[in-house]
Amino acid sequence: MSKDGLPQAEVSMRTMKSIFWVVGFVLLAGGVYGWIMRLAFGHIDANYGSVVTWGLWVAAYIYFIGLSAGAFLISSLVYVFNVKRFEQVGRLSVLTALITLILALLSIWADLGHEWRAWHVMVYPNFSSLMAWMIYLYSGYMVLLFSEFWLLFRRDFVVGAGLNGWRGRLNGILALGSKDLSQAAVKRDEKLVKILATVGVPLAICFHGGVGALFGVVAARPHWHSGLFPILFLLSALVGGGALLVVISDIFQKGWKVTNDVIITIGKLVLGLLLLDVIFQVSEFLVAYRGGIPSHIAGLDLVVKGHYWWVFWIWQNLIGTVIPVIILVLPTRKDHRWVSVAAFLIAAGLFGLRLNIVIPGLAVEEVEGLSRAIASNRVNLVYFPSMIEWLVTAGIVGLGMLMFGFGELFLPEIHKPIHKEGADVPK
Amino acid sequence: MMTQRRKLLKILAGGLTAIVGGGVLARTAAAVVGDKEKTSQKRKRYGMVIDTLRCVGCKSCVLACKAENKTPPGVYYTVVVDQVLSHRPSDKPTFMTKPCFHCENPQCTSACPVSATYKRQSDGIVVVDYDRCIGCRYCVTACPYGARWFDFGEQYPSVTKNTPYAKLPSPEYKQYRDRIQGASPIGNVRKCTLCLHLQDENGAYNKASGRWPACAKTCTGHAIHFGDFNDPDSETSILIRERQYMRLKEELGTEPSVYYLI
Repeated sequence: MSKDGLPQAEVSMRTMKSIFWVVGFVLLAGGVYGWIMRLAFGHIDANYGSVVTWGLWVAAYIYFIGLSAGAFLISSLVYVFNVKRFEQVGRLSVLTALITLILALLSIWADLGHEWRAWHVMVYPNFSSLMAWMIYLYSGYMVLLFSEFWLLFRRDFVVGAGLNGWRGRLNGILALGSKDLSQAAVKRDEKLVKILATVGVPLAICFHGGVGALFGVVAARPHWHSGLFPILFLLSALVGGGALLVVISDIFQKGWKVTNDVIITIGKLVLGLLLLDVIFQVSEFLVAYRGGIPSHIAGLDLVVKGHYWWVFWIWQNLIGTVIPVIILVLPTRKDHRWVSVAAFLIAAGLFGLRLNIVIPGLAVEEVEGLSRAIASNRVNLVYFPSMIEWLVTAGIVGLGMLMFGFGELFLPEIHKPIHKEGADVPK
Repeated sequence: MMTQRRKLLKILAGGLTAIVGGGVLARTAAAVVGDKEKTSQKRKRYGMVIDTLRCVGCKSCVLACKAENKTPPGVYYTVVVDQVLSHRPSDKPTFMTKPCFHCENPQCTSACPVSATYKRQSDGIVVVDYDRCIGCRYCVTACPYGARWFDFGEQYPSVTKNTPYAKLPSPEYKQYRDRIQGASPIGNVRKCTLCLHLQDENGAYNKASGRWPACAKTCTGHAIHFGDFNDPDSETSILIRERQYMRLKEELGTEPSVYYLI
């Protein structure tokens, strides 16, 4: 690590990073317990039911998958559209897309009633189901993302294979037998990355638009059944992916010392996208409320004045929108620390948005009186995640943190583009 | 030059007509053959006619269904919803028993990513293949009538105490599965099957011998009528010909096979 920062800042950075590791491990430890309970006893300890049938895990899934699609689309600015000013965060955003994709798949895997039958979706696809489309599209996206990631780091893995100890061995394994360090090979990598990234842009738009469509096509749930849904999903993906990338750029490896200008620029980009996202959401509310069809506004009523009104007003709007917009408009927008704070709040607020998509859409009786007809906690209209649900999700977040932490230690200097000479592994 | 081009166009147009025309002819022929096959198979369309004027809200149908299908806590193939309608002159509540509607255009089946739930060609019953279902619950969200239930693996006290009742497996789909933690149907989505395990090998029910959906068989007020809508002489077909009926959420185009007499 370089010593060019202020000593004090350096010290506080180290403390922050130790806190980061501790939090990551604590969350993961809770998650391990949660996962053991989940795998041993199925869904019996979960609090969703047959009315609110999707809960925290599905919200976490669409949250992480959105972050992945968003981070990937931002990386395409570098690898498809050749925007030089974002070059330093190109590889970092691909890493972010990869890690958040793994977290998303873990979240939705936990939600399956028969988790060991997940392979059925590949073998028995029903292409009249949006879910089958989504699964096939993100499987393709996953293969593409892993390939792109490997090509971006191939040269470094080959260089790193020469190191001593576990680093060398792991680099050797990750190099997958490649030994070519020539400039021509790096040029070829770059060309392939460009092709993959170009294919990836429509793919990412299709699969994340597809996640939105998965909800949008459900005519039985008026809260979801809107043509805006796929677009809203894409917009909030870009907002979230950009925001997360800002936070990570600020702290990953050399952090802001290298990426200061990029952070400020992405901050502006995220502000613009966030405001666009707000316009779309406002449109959704205005059209529904002016139309006044009771079933259309039932879900929105739950959002703005239901049991969880504070998720919308305080979490999603105050913390996730108003405060960050103020930070990103005032002169604080020129300070990487403030931009990161704003980005962190946006990314956190977005989780409230995801909860407010999944749960109010389901928490409306499809036939009046259904929830009173029988005495069972599986027909509750008010859902709050159980301890196991929280722990499993916390474990997934912790795993993500540790993956970033491990990436910081293991991966070479990530801010250097691959064609630059001397993109070496850290000592 | 001009004549040549015209000739070419003529040939092209002729060829196109032949291709399109041939295609249409082939399709019509296939449709005619298909129709013949259908009538020879005598496809059935089972459904219910529920007389809201006869329903007293006793919930016998709910219990009969539970006893027949041995469903666990939190899984109800039929429920009785009641409501006091505020604009009525009296505070007499209205009742409605609500099984699965076995829609002609089911939204649940097209939602299933693995085709585990489907509408049977032979009799229109919407079923779930427990061994294929992955438990994603997308069908639960897609059903507009709240007719699908996720089996969380809960047990009634009689089952945990291992009473004789608990030793009887559910006859659903004639599969007689034991309730074992982690094994289907635990972790699956479950729904009304119109008690299809009571059908004979030809797919027919028999009211006289008791092979009849449990809810309809037990209904104290004779409010639940069951039958084949493709048979013009069935009780259900006659009722919807002669009485006023409504189906729920017609605007969604689901075409439920359960009619409510009003």
